Amino acid sequence: MKIHEFQAKQLFHTYGIEVSRGSVAETPAEAKKLAADAGGPVAVKAQVHVGGRGKAGGVKVTRTPEEAEAAAKAILGLDIKGSVVRKILVEPAASIDREAYLGLIVDRAIKGVTFIASAEGGVEIEEVARTSPEKILHLEITDGIFPAEAAKTLAGNLFGDPATVEPVTDIMGKLFQLFLEKDCSLAEINPLVVSKSGKVLALDGKINFDDNALFKHEDIVELRDLNEENPSEVEAREKGLSYVDLDGDIGCMVNGAGLAMATMDMIKIYGGEPANFLDVGGSSNPEKVVNAFRLILGKGGIKAIMINIFGGITRCDDIAKGILQAFDAIEIDVPVVVRLSGTNATEGRAMLEGTPLIPAESFTGAVKKVVELSEGSAA
Amino acid sequence: MSILIDESTRVIVQGITGRDGSFHAGQMQDYGTQVVGGVTPGKGGQEVHGVPVFNSVKDAKTATDATASVIYVPARFASDAIREACDAGMELIVAITEGVPVLDMVGIYHTVRAAGSRLIGPNCPGVISPGKSKIGIMPGHIHEQGNVGVISRSGTLTYEIVHSLTALGRGQSTCVGIGGDPIVGSNFRDLLPLFQNDAETDAVVLVGEIGGDEEEKTAEFIREKISMPCFAYIVGHSAPEGKRMGHAGAIVSGGKGTAASKTEAFNAAGVPVAKTIDELAGMVNDGLGA
Repeated sequence: MKIHEFQAKQLFHTYGIEVSRGSVAETPAEAKKLAADAGGPVAVKAQVHVGGRGKAGGVKVTRTPEEAEAAAKAILGLDIKGSVVRKILVEPAASIDREAYLGLIVDRAIKGVTFIASAEGGVEIEEVARTSPEKILHLEITDGIFPAEAAKTLAGNLFGDPATVEPVTDIMGKLFQLFLEKDCSLAEINPLVVSKSGKVLALDGKINFDDNALFKHEDIVELRDLNEENPSEVEAREKGLSYVDLDGDIGCMVNGAGLAMATMDMIKIYGGEPANFLDVGGSSNPEKVVNAFRLILGKGGIKAIMINIFGGITRCDDIAKGILQAFDAIEIDVPVVVRLSGTNATEGRAMLEGTPLIPAESFTGAVKKVVELSEGSAA
Repeated sequence: MSILIDESTRVIVQGITGRDGSFHAGQMQDYGTQVVGGVTPGKGGQEVHGVPVFNSVKDAKTATDATASVIYVPARFASDAIREACDAGMELIVAITEGVPVLDMVGIYHTVRAAGSRLIGPNCPGVISPGKSKIGIMPGHIHEQGNVGVISRSGTLTYEIVHSLTALGRGQSTCVGIGGDPIVGSNFRDLLPLFQNDAETDAVVLVGEIGGDEEEKTAEFIREKISMPCFAYIVGHSAPEGKRMGHAGAIVSGGKGTAASKTEAFNAAGVPVAKTIDELAGMVNDGLGA
């Protein structure tokens, strides 16, 4: 789960990390008032979950309340990579002396968490990693204990300034504590700056949380901004289905995440475009299938649907029964290819004969069929 | 032979009184697995499918001499269950549970390693040595005893592949579902040497997916250390960046962990990568010869 910059900074502040303090506005008039209250130059920043907002014109530094109002007008409603700006953060513009990157991630390779830092602040860390990996500092932790001495060394190398060692180490310790306590998967301060007055503070922040750990953190779940999420994906989550929206026109309903990915890949190989990833799980529950159909058809533009089920412990004849019940319960006006394999597949397929559903035996055969049908109904 | 488990492996079920635990304990027994007991705190003294339930793994181990444990408890209790199995000295711990917080796994991973236990999962279908024993949730009957080893990050996709292999008359020595989470107890590299040393296994199928760089590391590992024929299949070529594809670990982020990168790594290490399941089964079949 992702949150906004202003929310990340509130969390940083709660943990004692110095941040640039601002306020959120939702109209140009509010932005003007906030800028007037700040009494000096302010930064007006789009609050969206996607990256690259600076390049998209989502961040402006202004000198007067009128300029802030104009900037807010330009930024609010802006579409940044599909995210519409609904909130802006107005905060006093910092006088920056130096800036750096400081992040903490779950590190799959070492089965731990790793600090990543770079004197190249304010730019995307992936870009730095690609172009000049030697400029990235790492500190790996596998025992869950903050390594204060090693952190000091890293802090010293980051700004190359003895005066910043203590405040940077302190921020690292607090970020680490936040990371573990709130089950983050990523926590980033970019840039971490040294102001002209010598203060070290977080100018921008980004935190992602482990979805699997949200049950522990009601306070974090409350920060969720549904406007930032794909409506179909939100609905799927509420229905207990695993769904990802894609650009194509062939709807997919599959049991198992790996098989669902394989189905998408196969559709592409045979010249089609998958409209979604959808794992319905292994049960034969008709209600689940109804929900899945609604989800797939809900966004429109679907030309054909492929159901790909491997019957293991749940038998294919039971699954076929569930699909038929679901099919009767809602109106579906696109062709649906059903491929059943595994336990009692022959019986399952036999049940689909004579119905509008198109049974298929092989994976490849089903994919070819659904791609062909999607092209046919396009004509 | 086979790896990890065989007909003599004595297994206890953590969470045996729950819906899934109870159902799969029965399924495992039907397959021939030696299920010798179960654990549910507070329910010691009961019986499920004719085996005794204990309050703790330690009690169960003392009473039954089990060496393996399978975990079906809810996600919020899973890391504690793994820890308990590890503390009780279980040699093999198979965690089926999906949805375990990743930092819980960071905490338990190193503990299990240091104790010398072997953890499979979490978020996995388990382990099966066809004709001998199954510990997990996979449908036993699609498998057939044979000489192909399978290691996979997926569940139903593995069943598909096994089904295709069986249809071609290519049985399996052992199939291991290592799990779809970012951090799992055992990886391809942990299991490949076991297959290499197993007299019954003549080839290994690796089923990978997007996310992380384990496949890339495995490709390098095979080049250096594995002489047995290996075949790979990677899914998620069509997955968009930054989206979790069902499995918590299946995500491309910052341009890393793509299916293309994994495919390239295996190809560079001389491991053939199939584009489809049919092609994979065919490759294995041709590779093993008559």
